[in-house]
Amino acid sequence: MNKALYKEFSKGILKENPVLKLMLGTCPTLAITTSAVNAIGMGLAATIVLTCSNAAISLIKRFIPNSVRIPAYITIIAGFVSIIQLLIKAFTPEIDKTLGIYLPLIVVNCIILGRAEVFASKNRFLPSVLDGLGMGIGFSAALLCMGAIREFLGRGTLFDIPITAEFLPPIIIFILPPGGFFVFGMLIALSKILAKNKKEIESACQNCEIKNKCDISCTKEAL
Amino acid sequence: MIKPLIYILVNSVLTENYVLSKFLGICPFLGVSKRINTAFGMSAAVTFVMLLATAVTWPIYTYILMPNNLIFLETLIFILVIASLVQLLELVLKKHVKTLYNSLGIYLPLITTNCAVLGVTILVIEKGSLDSSFGYIHALINALGAGIGFMIAMLIFAGVRQRIESCNVPNFLKGLPITLIAAALVAVSFFGFQGVAEGALRL
Repeated sequence: MNKALYKEFSKGILKENPVLKLMLGTCPTLAITTSAVNAIGMGLAATIVLTCSNAAISLIKRFIPNSVRIPAYITIIAGFVSIIQLLIKAFTPEIDKTLGIYLPLIVVNCIILGRAEVFASKNRFLPSVLDGLGMGIGFSAALLCMGAIREFLGRGTLFDIPITAEFLPPIIIFILPPGGFFVFGMLIALSKILAKNKKEIESACQNCEIKNKCDISCTKEAL
Repeated sequence: MIKPLIYILVNSVLTENYVLSKFLGICPFLGVSKRINTAFGMSAAVTFVMLLATAVTWPIYTYILMPNNLIFLETLIFILVIASLVQLLELVLKKHVKTLYNSLGIYLPLITTNCAVLGVTILVIEKGSLDSSFGYIHALINALGAGIGFMIAMLIFAGVRQRIESCNVPNFLKGLPITLIAAALVAVSFFGFQGVAEGALRL
């Protein structure tokens, strides 16, 4: 594979990980990571939508007038989300039940709109697809990491296979909402320690697609 | 008649808090909860759009999508309705209520991508399809409660954050990590409300 293309693909996995580095898509990250299996389901669904919407937007970007591009992107993304929703409902109803409301909410996942605006609207087809795929895999990896930690601590199992569940009482709070916030905070702290350059992690606003329209001073309040 | 409505309101504000127990609207919760007045402005705008969006999407779903077998268009139609409502609201406020526009203006475009708004419109439809006594009024009350719950969480958290700022936090926890840990503690405190609505109304 071409080196530049490989770079587009690999940057989303670690260097610009959408969840841990760019602080995008925090809602699904916190909500559905109560088990590793859920995390994989959500990660896959979001990766497919992200890749397809990036591909579609990079192909038709020339026909979308600049002033209505955000509504147009949202419509394209919502179309793909509806397709995925119907497929999951038809073939894996268990996953549909556990993901519930968060499946249609992929539409407002800021990773997808963010990549459409920042990358797919400016790049050609192949780099856009690879960017979507890489970002999707980075998102899934972060979800899986959180899901595995929370499932292990909160239920004593991993992928529904009991590990410590038989001889240690699980710490149930980790699969409840407070545990989500806590584990996410700890993961960010960890990635901050691992990253040598502290400035790499910025606030949620830095990658927000409307940061220029909104002058809430949170950019100054970055970490 | 009035009891179930109060129950829905209290329940959606405290027990089913959208931010702290359903994880909807986390981005503004972490992004604009730094100061109490910005937190209030943002949540007031969100509450208003939630109520308006539910008022529009519920009839669309029940009278247009359901009879014509178009339920699969739910997500697509709802997000378009919300996006255009936000745009419309911005135009109307800009023209007629200049003072309100100036105080809310900057938060308005942010609301389209706030998943709590799309979340509440889809959740009330879900509740309605499970329980036939859950009607239009119930849906509106639920949306109002969700908005108030969002506001309460934002305001409490803005207060918590102002106190964190004056604390000496270990270096690796500075910024987002300590904020998230504080959010975890606020979420724990909201567990205390479990069953409050049922108990108070003796349902």
